Amino acid sequence: MIPRHLVIAVLVLLLAVFLMGIYAGHMRSRATRTPAIVDSRPVPPPISGPAEQATLYVAYDDSGTLRPQTVSVPLPSAREQRAEELLRALLGIYLSKGSPHPLAPGAEIRAVYLVTPGIAVIDFNAAFANGHRSGVLAEELTVASFIQTLTANLPGILRVRILVDGHDRETLAGHADLSDFYDTGAVAQVVAQMQ
Amino acid sequence: MRWNRDGPHLAVVLLLLLAASFPAGTAEKRIAIYAPATSYSLPVVDRNGRDYVGLLELLEPIGNVSSRSDGLHWRLRYSDAEAEFTNGQNLAKVRGRKVDLSGDFLLESNRGIVPVSSLGTLLPRIMGGAVTFNETSRRLFIGGVATHFTAQVSRTNPPRLVMNFTAPVNPTIATEPGKLRMSFSREPIVAPGSPTLTFDDKAIPSATYSEFNGAAEFVINGTAPLMASFSNEGRTITVAAAPQQSSASPAPAAAPAVPPPAAPLAPGAPAAVTTVVTPRHFYAVLDASHGGDDRGVALLPQLAEKDVTLVLARRLRQELEYRGISTLVLRDSDAYINLDERAILTNTAHPVIYISIHAASDGRGVRLYTSLLPAGEENNGPFIAWDTAQTRFLASSQAAAQGVAVELLKKQIQVRTLAAPLRPLNNVTAAAIAVEMAPPDPDVMDLNLAGYQQNVAAAVADGIVAVRERLGASQ
Repeated sequence: MIPRHLVIAVLVLLLAVFLMGIYAGHMRSRATRTPAIVDSRPVPPPISGPAEQATLYVAYDDSGTLRPQTVSVPLPSAREQRAEELLRALLGIYLSKGSPHPLAPGAEIRAVYLVTPGIAVIDFNAAFANGHRSGVLAEELTVASFIQTLTANLPGILRVRILVDGHDRETLAGHADLSDFYDTGAVAQVVAQMQ
Repeated sequence: MRWNRDGPHLAVVLLLLLAASFPAGTAEKRIAIYAPATSYSLPVVDRNGRDYVGLLELLEPIGNVSSRSDGLHWRLRYSDAEAEFTNGQNLAKVRGRKVDLSGDFLLESNRGIVPVSSLGTLLPRIMGGAVTFNETSRRLFIGGVATHFTAQVSRTNPPRLVMNFTAPVNPTIATEPGKLRMSFSREPIVAPGSPTLTFDDKAIPSATYSEFNGAAEFVINGTAPLMASFSNEGRTITVAAAPQQSSASPAPAAAPAVPPPAAPLAPGAPAAVTTVVTPRHFYAVLDASHGGDDRGVALLPQLAEKDVTLVLARRLRQELEYRGISTLVLRDSDAYINLDERAILTNTAHPVIYISIHAASDGRGVRLYTSLLPAGEENNGPFIAWDTAQTRFLASSQAAAQGVAVELLKKQIQVRTLAAPLRPLNNVTAAAIAVEMAPPDPDVMDLNLAGYQQNVAAAVADGIVAVRERLGASQ
């Protein structure tokens, strides 16, 4: 004769195994339904270098202004990488929660090329341009903000060109012209108007 | 006995007097509605000396609309918009906001009727899109719909007036001695630059354009009887002298003098189209930005920048022409023109000023932009670099922007002046500014307010007039 308490314990264990099987099946089907989240953003190389003070020109949509903001950013010694890190720091502000000038999620700087004499090329990814809000002022704030941040921290840049996914593009989102080089002197004057 | 004999005569006289007491041929008042998918007209009723129209009947052919009446209240649902009206009240609530109807709403047998004069304010709120209403002629244009036409005289023998329309038309045509009258009741024909066109031709010396009672009319004056023929699938109307039926010669002999009625003009034929009817120099070129598939800013899900800019461009043209400034609107329909074409068309017209029109949902008031020139080539001698063509006109552009800013401030409209990397400003060889109109208050829908748009247009026109001398001198 099997003791009664043993029978009950076995039954409870069997019930637990049965319920856990159902739960496992449910979790498995849920996992197959949910697509894997793929982060398509390029992985930036690890930054090596001491933190330095840099001035970022941050756009504010509510007032339609650009304001200089001093931040401490780790900056490598190589000039091109410094430029990329500076602009990534600015982009980080725009992508953060409560951003004063929100940009599209997934926006990224692919590369910054510094070409002598005095030419810089900023290559953004497609998400940056395709998801940008349309409007003369909104687009101009973005363009002026990145160019002024670059030229304020890396002297000697006279002309800046903006590419999207490595290609020419007529406008950023229907207004700001991306088909030509920007004269950094002219941009500085606009920035002065916008402060 | 005498009464019996004269009775029928007396009855006829009485009937004639009775008939004469009614105004013969009194035309029923109507309002014409032109929408992208349909055109129709509705009767207008008179209530207390005001013109009224049924709101449900007006909206039914355009979209999903329903109404229900609850005592004094009448609720209307159009697409996702809810509107509430109260019998005898001149305030309505549309999408939760109050709208002044400029007259009392009336509920008659559960049918809501609104003053015709309120449609320009009310419909943009309900429909959430661009609506242009010409109250005087009672013509309502929904969604930027418009048919334009050009008229040219060919110096053939006999001369012919060739009218080309941007869409097929089918007007009612009537002739009377010395006149050919075309009445457009279903086509959204828009007015030419000037209501009177004069031609340098003895046979067809002039034509006049007018609008009334929901229709547009084009009357061509001729020194001989005129006849019209259609070609190009209804897009071209050719008007020429009618065949002269001479009593001395049989009809077949007169036939060669008449051009084949439907003969289209050979494209590019050097002698066929020689004279533009109104060889005008345009002082100002207005450019409603975007168009076609390029919708510009999605100001609201149902309100695109391209529609607002088109309406504002038309208002500005009216204001400028009212001030005696000849004006050409580059994009006067929902067509796509690329940026280079806009610059080429402008430079070909040799205006004194080019005004690009934009709209935005962010910020308040109006922003004025002048060119932010790229780091391009230098202009050298007679050759002008395309990307920096604006360089030598930049001072004029800045003066124009300042002049307009002053007038906007006078009207208490917030204004800001900036340089902007906005094409085709860089490519224009004239003073060039861009006007970006933002809403007057936090409600983006208010961009569509006729009063606000009119205020902005009037201020811009005043500003151009104020700097006219300076701009002219700089050319």
